Amino acid sequence: MTQSGIEKILEVDNLSKTYGFLRAVDGVSFSIQKGEILGLLGPNGAGKTTIINMIAGLLEKDGGSIKVFGKDFSKNKSEILSRMNFAAAYAQLPGNLKVKENLLIYAMLYDSPNPREAVKNIIADFGLYEFTDKKTGFLSSGEQSRLVLAKALINNPELLLLDEPTASLDPSTSEQVRSRIMNYAKENGASVLWTSHDMCEIEKVCGRVLFLSRGKILLEGHPKELPVRYGKKNLEELFIMIAREPLSINHVT
Amino acid sequence: MSSKRIYAIFLRQFFLLKRSPSRIMQIFYWSLLELTLWGIITKYLYAIGGEKFGFITVILGTVIFWNFFTRVMNGITISFLEDIWSRNLINLFASPLRVGEYIAGLLAVSIMQTFLAIGAMVLAAWFFFSYSIFQFGFLLIPFIFILFISGWALGIFTTAVILRFGPSVEILVWSIPTIIMPFSAIFYPLEALPTFLRPISYAIPISYVFEGMREVVHKGTFNALSLAIGFALSFFFFFAAIAVLFVMYRMALRKGLFTRFMTD
Repeated sequence: MTQSGIEKILEVDNLSKTYGFLRAVDGVSFSIQKGEILGLLGPNGAGKTTIINMIAGLLEKDGGSIKVFGKDFSKNKSEILSRMNFAAAYAQLPGNLKVKENLLIYAMLYDSPNPREAVKNIIADFGLYEFTDKKTGFLSSGEQSRLVLAKALINNPELLLLDEPTASLDPSTSEQVRSRIMNYAKENGASVLWTSHDMCEIEKVCGRVLFLSRGKILLEGHPKELPVRYGKKNLEELFIMIAREPLSINHVT
Repeated sequence: MSSKRIYAIFLRQFFLLKRSPSRIMQIFYWSLLELTLWGIITKYLYAIGGEKFGFITVILGTVIFWNFFTRVMNGITISFLEDIWSRNLINLFASPLRVGEYIAGLLAVSIMQTFLAIGAMVLAAWFFFSYSIFQFGFLLIPFIFILFISGWALGIFTTAVILRFGPSVEILVWSIPTIIMPFSAIFYPLEALPTFLRPISYAIPISYVFEGMREVVHKGTFNALSLAIGFALSFFFFFAAIAVLFVMYRMALRKGLFTRFMTD
């Protein structure tokens, strides 16, 4: 809890990552408050996934610091990871295991006190009854996304990292996924860091967004107020401008 | 270390195995095929005048021990590859799972798979060739111990190399045992090797198992010092392999290799 009484769940300070000569993330600082859904936006290669991977413990930072739940991530990695979770369009669960087997394994990995009970509950919450004995690889992409999300919520995380969770889903399934995440965050006071290329989605779910370009944060603000501030009709127009002419933002500001 | 997470890793491989006839067959097929092949060859050699050498005891014992070693190693490496092939590493290592817990889970998998495969081999050897591995009595315990620790060491080392260089080097899983095979005094005594190659054999812990086994068969004695060296070497390589794995894991984290495996 900070002096202002706002509980910061995630604090990223001056984070950087370099691959060879490429500075993928360059001195990025931001924080997420309890219950907040923060959108991380930017064109391909802007550094979104690199940032998410560093917070998820899949990638080591070169500089800066990451604090989660007020604790240094690098010193308390396992403990912190047990209180958060991660879902990404590119990180599917093993297709050769049944749905219930995958969920049981992840309930155990996330230290669920009663893994079988946790699986039962999450299957009920996500309406996965008809798929429990089906091999994950035989599910449609929409069903697999529901399963990945079910895995991401199996430990009732206080912080959820979502890297393009609705990529390649049809609009109806996307809407279902979005609703579930928003309801979960609202009911449990959970915080979410969300990346997406769907600007309409971001406008619907995020209370605040960060625009990244070439590893740096260019803009920060409310997804509905930002376009107005820069003379654009909507977030998508602003996104296109940043993707094509990131330097023009300096002129606007 | 969390026993629950170690069990989860074991369970992931167990679930995979229990309903996959091809994976179950892989555990038994090669072991039984080798046993049958060598069993028939040794019977033939015995029939044409090899009674004094004790072909069956030496060769079949060798085949079972060698399979034991490779099965232990494959129990680790193939389970690790299963996680790479199914693109599961990202989810695993974004969870609270520690690398030590992951390896401990794979060691448990290798114990299960080895006892299944070797159990079948021992039964088949007894049934078809009247050969009992238990003729080595209590010496079986140190033999098995050295084979286990050495198999784990090689399995962990291979896993570390795959972690660093990606699934494109998975060929190592199949080729590494054959690289050390000629130096391990498996089918021939160490003295049969050219002198300049012998130092390599002295550094390979399993060579002490095969030398010890032949000594028991031919002389009825065993060299305790030699087994102690085998033990010490196997532990040395085991801890060295763990150290290499941790270095490669840190390197994988620094270079972002977990996510790059998706494109390899």
